[in-house]
Amino acid sequence: MKDMSEGYVTADGRQIGGVLMEMKNITLRFGGVVAIKDISFDIRDGEIRAIIGPNGAGKSSMLNVISGFYVPTEGEVWFKGVRRGPMKPYQVARLGVARTFQNIALFDGMTVLDNIMTGRLTRMKAGLLSQALWYGAAEREEIAHREKVERIIDFLEIQNIRKTPVGRLPYGLKKRVELARALAAEPKLLLLDEPMAGMNVEEKEDMSRFILDLNDEFGTTIVLIEHDMGVVMDLSDRVVVMDYGRKIGDGPPEEVRNNQDVIDAYLGVAHD
Amino acid sequence: MPDQLVYAMEVTLNGLMAGVMYSLVALGFVLIFKASGIFNYAQGVLALFAALTLVGLQQGQVPFAHLINAVFGTDLHHFGWHLPAVVAIALTAGVMVLMAIAVEKLVLKHLVNQAPIILFMATIGLAYFLEGFGDVMWGADIKKLDVGLPQGISETIESVTADWFGYGFFIDNLDIVATVVAVALVTALTVFSQYSKQGRALRAVADDHQAALSVGISLRFIWVLVWSIAGFVALVAGIMWGTKSGVQFSLSLIALKALPVLMLGGFTSIPGAIVGGLIIGVGEKLFEFSIGPMIGGATENWFAYMLALLFLVFRPQGLFGERIIERV
Ligand SMILES: Nc1ncnc2c1ncn2[C@@H]1O[C@H](COP(=O)(O)OP(=O)(O)OP(=O)(O)O)[C@@H](O)[C@H]1O
Ligand SMILES: [Mg+2]
Repeated sequence: MKDMSEGYVTADGRQIGGVLMEMKNITLRFGGVVAIKDISFDIRDGEIRAIIGPNGAGKSSMLNVISGFYVPTEGEVWFKGVRRGPMKPYQVARLGVARTFQNIALFDGMTVLDNIMTGRLTRMKAGLLSQALWYGAAEREEIAHREKVERIIDFLEIQNIRKTPVGRLPYGLKKRVELARALAAEPKLLLLDEPMAGMNVEEKEDMSRFILDLNDEFGTTIVLIEHDMGVVMDLSDRVVVMDYGRKIGDGPPEEVRNNQDVIDAYLGVAHD
Repeated sequence: MPDQLVYAMEVTLNGLMAGVMYSLVALGFVLIFKASGIFNYAQGVLALFAALTLVGLQQGQVPFAHLINAVFGTDLHHFGWHLPAVVAIALTAGVMVLMAIAVEKLVLKHLVNQAPIILFMATIGLAYFLEGFGDVMWGADIKKLDVGLPQGISETIESVTADWFGYGFFIDNLDIVATVVAVALVTALTVFSQYSKQGRALRAVADDHQAALSVGISLRFIWVLVWSIAGFVALVAGIMWGTKSGVQFSLSLIALKALPVLMLGGFTSIPGAIVGGLIIGVGEKLFEFSIGPMIGGATENWFAYMLALLFLVFRPQGLFGERIIERV
């Protein structure tokens, strides 16, 4: 295998950097269930990395390990060359890792704008006391954050629903708002758990375009779980394939597609 | 103007002011319930504990004096100082923050992801613990609380209403102060939750825990924050009720007055707590005034609960709650 420690150039000519995050021998158990079995892989700076696999393969579990929602039973997580101790999700978020959820987790009682503003929380400085005592500074900060958020709203083309309470939005738009909130944190690493599930073709195309554009414009590294193979082929630079908690494939999409284990897993060949 | 109507107006006014007090207590419940889904049984005891601490600090009482004297054979009672009310109130607020931190560290932290009923049980335990702790720390005798709030019938209002209606209203100065303070408190809380970073985080946690975690909010910090605020609200309620009727065990029973308010207003609605409190305050005073004499009086003991029950039957989601229809 060729040495990729200094990064590589993608099929469409983008330069991918060194290792941003590395998962080493990750195992995750829930009582008797082994959701992840001794999996290792890395995520390069600037790439779009897909995780695919049949239902129950452990994809979401892996994303939850990366984002600190689950603590792996065994194994190490390295981020920017440093081994990460056991961390709470909010600590991981503050390191620059943002995420969306498979089942959408938005603040239903808030407007679209307020939802996206919460994405800025990790970037807000003003403390309790200074906000009370020095209103001017707090106000200036708020305005600066609002500007950032407005740019994201423009980028994702959701200007017309800014003041709508999120609970009232249709599914496809909710997914988009969730992405907007994650982007508001200006993350180094963005984790998307089935961002296109339940969308129609047109919505999927929009979402694909947003993902490619934000990777291109902001250089955001993206990990993406997706069932639609067409989307995976189009978007991702490298793919991890999971099945029953194990890793059965890892590489560029064309390579993975022709891997016999992967074909078997997807065709439901009996496991012995 | 017919006399009955004028009397009714006076009763309504008194009811509104009593209602403000109920709202204040209910508010403490709502804050904690919204942020953590915990029904805090200890809210009333928090008010008692805050009032006890305030009196103790103000009068320079030695905390745990009984215990210390019993163990060491000493005879300590007072430090011999008398703190100004403002200083004592600020110190007590500090004590309530320390208590919030202790509750989070010693109790809540260990009960993450437990069923609501377990958390409810924990707050019952906390209530009894605090009650005993307050006794040991400050003594079980009835104390007088005086932070310089005006008391007695307002002469201004009496003379003004006498001019207008030919009948002077009896309104307690303390009730007027309580109303002003409660309005200020609610305004401050609203501004805080709408416009500050921590307030925004608080609303986020109240709405969705998972999502809140994903945007970098520490749940534990938020818990300390809401318990601190609830402790502060309890302190304010404790000052008002303590000034009115002395600091004693029965002060913790004001929580019982908040229950019907919550049934009316909903457990998660701040406007609900306020309006619910006012409706109950006015309702029970007017009922006592109009129907009470016919059925032998003392209706204030049960009226609030009856009203709340009726309300539950027809509007189980509370005044401002949205009706939840189960998805099938
Ligand atoms: N919190 C949990 N407690 C217990 N078991 C869990 C938990 N989370 C996941 N699992 C189990 O781990 C396994 C992998 O689940 P996971 O959600 O990661 O799969 P997935 O690949 O995301 O599937 P899908 O495509 O359906 O989303 C499943 O057997 C699931 O039941
Ligand atoms: Mg999943």
